Amino acid sequence: MSSEVVPPSTLLPDVSSSPRALRSYLHGLPGVDAVGLEARAAALGTRSIKTTAKAYAIDLAISMIDLTTLEGADTAGKVRALCAKGVRPDPADRSVPPVAAICVYGDMVAVAKEAVAAAGGTDVHVAAVATAFPSGRAARSVKLADTAEAVAAGADEIDMVIDRGAFLSGRYLDVFEEIQAVKAACTREDGSRAHLKVIFENGELSTYDNIRRCSWLAMLAGADFIKTSTGKVGVNATPANTLVMLEAVRDFRRATGVQIGVKPAGGIRTAKDAVKYLVMVNETLGDDWLSPEWFRFGASSLLNDLLMQRQKLSTGRYSGPDYVTVD
Amino acid sequence: MKAPGTTTRLSVQKTYKLYVGGKFPRSESGRVYEVTDSRGAKGSGGGQDGGAWLANAPLASRKDARDAVVAARKAVAGWSGATAYNRGQVLYRVAEMLEGRREQFAREVADAEGLSKAKSAAVVDAAVDRWVWYAGWTDKIAQVVGGANPVAGPYFNLSTPEPTGVVAVLAPQDSSFLGLVSVLAPVIATGNTAVVVAAERAPLPALSLGEVLATSDVPGGVVNLLSGRTAEIATPLAAHQDVNGIDLTGAGPELAAELEAAAADNLKRVRRPALGEDWTADPGTSRLTAWLETKTVWHPIGV
Repeated sequence: MSSEVVPPSTLLPDVSSSPRALRSYLHGLPGVDAVGLEARAAALGTRSIKTTAKAYAIDLAISMIDLTTLEGADTAGKVRALCAKGVRPDPADRSVPPVAAICVYGDMVAVAKEAVAAAGGTDVHVAAVATAFPSGRAARSVKLADTAEAVAAGADEIDMVIDRGAFLSGRYLDVFEEIQAVKAACTREDGSRAHLKVIFENGELSTYDNIRRCSWLAMLAGADFIKTSTGKVGVNATPANTLVMLEAVRDFRRATGVQIGVKPAGGIRTAKDAVKYLVMVNETLGDDWLSPEWFRFGASSLLNDLLMQRQKLSTGRYSGPDYVTVD
Repeated sequence: MKAPGTTTRLSVQKTYKLYVGGKFPRSESGRVYEVTDSRGAKGSGGGQDGGAWLANAPLASRKDARDAVVAARKAVAGWSGATAYNRGQVLYRVAEMLEGRREQFAREVADAEGLSKAKSAAVVDAAVDRWVWYAGWTDKIAQVVGGANPVAGPYFNLSTPEPTGVVAVLAPQDSSFLGLVSVLAPVIATGNTAVVVAAERAPLPALSLGEVLATSDVPGGVVNLLSGRTAEIATPLAAHQDVNGIDLTGAGPELAAELEAAAADNLKRVRRPALGEDWTADPGTSRLTAWLETKTVWHPIGV
């Protein structure tokens, strides 16, 4: 990928030389105007997207979904069913695009890879959560082994969680080095590398300033994607905390020329919500990010709502949950 | 001139709102329409200019109808899963609440239908009685339409009635309260949930009924009340894939034919309007059985 030609940290002052340098760099970022941010996010959510634009947005949103199942009760059967659905979301309508990826726990990667291939999903990736997801509370050796195993099993993308404890207690360099180490563990035997998404868990970072700092920290450390949350805590992706990350990504490309992707996850359940996020991406980042390569939704029930909206647009009749899968 | 220090009290006007999912929202569209008293109904062309203004009612849109169906669908599991005895108690509680508001409903019915005070009071009493009558049917209908069937084999063969699901109800246009109760009560007595389109010209008693339902243990979403243009709201309801039945009582012959065709797409149960229905007559059980599906189970007899 062209974005990987220049390591980002070489374009900025060497922020990772010492804990103090990194700390003063992150704390030197301008603060977030919370009231203005929330007002901006709310204003962008009021756009009316109708008819052909809505049809375009729905198909785009479907193609951006990381269809996710992250339950303790996951079985191989459930993962296979999810893969079949991801490859062909509406069996009755072949014009529906496949989702971007299937997101599972590391031990299900092999099952998912096989099921996606069996369903004919050549473009559908398999993403694995790793590094002691969702808490991130494990020794670094365990986290790296977790990552390496998922990559060896064939994962195309790795969703790692940062150590929020370290971040909140100000040990930024630990987090920085851990992201770099996990990124190194994403390298396959043939030298290619699984895509790395870094999950912040915005709900635990408490402030917008922290989210901005964390965004820059992850981007400087070499994340390919930054992701809002695990979906396992009370506060997940919100328009406002996603907007902070979108702005960070925009400013990062302006400063370094490197483009980073964004993935809001958790709590996005309706087509209306998804379209609001797309409006926000378009208004903040522009066309460059409006593709599954640069923007994803981490979701499971969102897909059914998008399919119901799509059926409504094509038939003119309101659809119902009887006409989509139960999952 | 009034004596200094005395003021005229300003009366408080009521804002009539929809009743959807146990809440009282305004129409998603923000629209309202003027409701006039019964003289308006007899005015030329059915315009808004004939009668005296009573209130502004929300003019519900198709999106309100969609939201109401979502709320009704959510309520199906809880309401159909409640015991028939419990449903009867809840419906009886509604009658208790209605009893306490008889004067208000009598006034609204008198305005809407041009009845005298005594006649409108009699209509409201009949409506409360009808509600109690249907409340009594909740745990008895299964004995009447279900049963043990004799079969030629070593089996128990049992038929039980089950609710159809979400039922859209177009309330009668000629009887704003007694008619409404007569079409709504049987739908929920049998364990269905309802999306009701109130009488177009006289929606106020229906919207007030929402306030009664909200305070009488009926779970949110079991009854959803919409006011507005019947044709505008009924069309998306008839075509809606997640509505299981539609009662066309409040539709004219032309509209009813159109709606029945739209309803065929997902094989909805349709109850056609009967011309000149007498709302004071004994209703019988046909409105109860219209929204029931018969489930028959074969079970081997132990030997």
